[in-house]
Amino acid sequence: MPLFEVRGLTHFFGGLKAVSNFNLIFEGGELMGLIGPNGAGKTTIFNLVCGVYHPTHGEVKIEGRDLTGLYPHQVTSMGIARTFQNIRLWPEMTVLDNVRVAHNYKLNYGFLDAMFQTSRYRTAEKEIDRMAREVLEILKLRDHAEELAKNLPYGLQRKVEIARALVIRPKLLLLDEPSAGMNLGEKEALIGLIRWMRKEFNLTIWLIEHEMRVVMNLCEKIQVLDFGEMIAYGTPEEIQANPRVVEAYLGKEMD
Amino acid sequence: MRKYSLTFLAGIFFVLVVGLSWTGVLSSYTQLILMFIGVNIMMSSSLNLINGYMGEFSCGHAGFMAVGAYTTSLITVWFFTKGSVFGLNLLPPAWATVLFPFILLFGGLIAALVGLLVAIPSFRTRGDYLAIITLAVNYIVKSAIENIQAIGGARGFMGMGRVVNGMQEVADIPWMMIWTWIFAFLTILLIKRFVSSTYGKGIIAIREDEIAAEIMGVDTRRAKMVAFMLSSGLAGMAGGLFAHILGYINPGSFTIMKSTEALVMVYLGGMGSLSGSVLSAVLFTLILEILRPLQLYKWVVVPFILILLMLFRTEGLLGHRELTDVFPPLRRIFGTRKEIHAAL
Repeated sequence: MPLFEVRGLTHFFGGLKAVSNFNLIFEGGELMGLIGPNGAGKTTIFNLVCGVYHPTHGEVKIEGRDLTGLYPHQVTSMGIARTFQNIRLWPEMTVLDNVRVAHNYKLNYGFLDAMFQTSRYRTAEKEIDRMAREVLEILKLRDHAEELAKNLPYGLQRKVEIARALVIRPKLLLLDEPSAGMNLGEKEALIGLIRWMRKEFNLTIWLIEHEMRVVMNLCEKIQVLDFGEMIAYGTPEEIQANPRVVEAYLGKEMD
Repeated sequence: MRKYSLTFLAGIFFVLVVGLSWTGVLSSYTQLILMFIGVNIMMSSSLNLINGYMGEFSCGHAGFMAVGAYTTSLITVWFFTKGSVFGLNLLPPAWATVLFPFILLFGGLIAALVGLLVAIPSFRTRGDYLAIITLAVNYIVKSAIENIQAIGGARGFMGMGRVVNGMQEVADIPWMMIWTWIFAFLTILLIKRFVSSTYGKGIIAIREDEIAAEIMGVDTRRAKMVAFMLSSGLAGMAGGLFAHILGYINPGSFTIMKSTEALVMVYLGGMGSLSGSVLSAVLFTLILEILRPLQLYKWVVVPFILILLMLFRTEGLLGHRELTDVFPPLRRIFGTRKEIHAAL
């Protein structure tokens, strides 16, 4: 059984076909890139997978279980975590709290436990704290744990977003343009981080990216999307040589 | 310098207030104001949970207060007094001493259930709907009570004074002062515990970025409902206390004006600041008393204060921070934020 499977995914926004018959299979351990010009439907696909939108047709399965129609927090609890194109941290919360709150999907205590601070609540909170600090330690964010997320520089905010996704212990990590807005040095560091995370946590990673240096460097396979349709699929070299891709990005040459 | 825990300071305050009321050092007028401060602390901090911590806008808090006030009053009067409405008392009046807090909790529960009824439709959508629906509920509750003649209608409902007298016959201590402050402290404790748990921090995440909260695993619908029920339940208990402090309630006490008072207190103290809510409840109650000679004109002065606040200090007196963040020297007395969290 494949780890993750998308079959015939199609989505309409009113009359606009945003995604058309999109298919994908992850056996586990892949690092797949999803590229395409602006407005091609890349983020829409991520939103469809995460349950932000419910697809018009098609199915999304993780480990054989269907995800379509579930709420986003239920999707999270099945092992899919993501980051966002424009950073969506909780700015007025500390870095540590940002990571801790992501534990909400598998809280094993209820409202009354929190009110009476039962032993179940205290063990759970201690465990959450430990795991959150562990992730911050791994990503070298420990020194910023008590700072408000909004006060961190851009590159570190991206990293906190990755920390928040990692603490969920995802099987599949979706990264939506992780290098957007980063300078050259930060991009190099990001490539290293993604490679390392993948090995360390045995992650399957699905990456949307505009920056060709990052995509070509990282991904084993790349899918190219244009107007909601997959127009090419292959290794970075194949993609670079594919005339349809060049056409989608640069336009058709006049005869 | 030794660090005193908040619980310890609250204990001293409690003993002092109750002791001074008991010995008669404080006039009954001063006692009344002290009790209103307690009730207002409950109102402002519970509303802060929704408007400050969760970032939604609820403006019918008095509606839930009314539900709690009428529920508890009807039960205590039915149980413990002889009267025209319910006939003979069900239980000996002396039992009120023990049962009163449970009846108060029950009143809070009923208010919380009404809160749930409001929450279910209004949290299906985003934005201003909660404001409109809570406003409507405030009017519905008020009009409903006005039109139920069995509980006094617009004339109001009384008899709670006799219930309190019944308690005083058992032991001559300031019962209402005791219960008011116990429940005020309980409110602060519960809200503090809620917003410092990973569970409750979900609602702060909702305020900060709802979509991110939903995608990162927070069950936003559930979290909103739980927070709203907690908030309205606490307002209900505040209402129950209010009714028994005054001994008389009428629908006119729970109009949009009362809801506005709660809103003013939240914005005065600062959204998402629990110590701000406590501080502003104290200040606001005192301001209203000082301005009492102005009669109707106090409703010119109070909104004016609010306008000044919005112009010069949008985030309220404390705004997202606690007292210890604004005046660091206080940490020596109260301990750091982390220690306060640990103590609660």
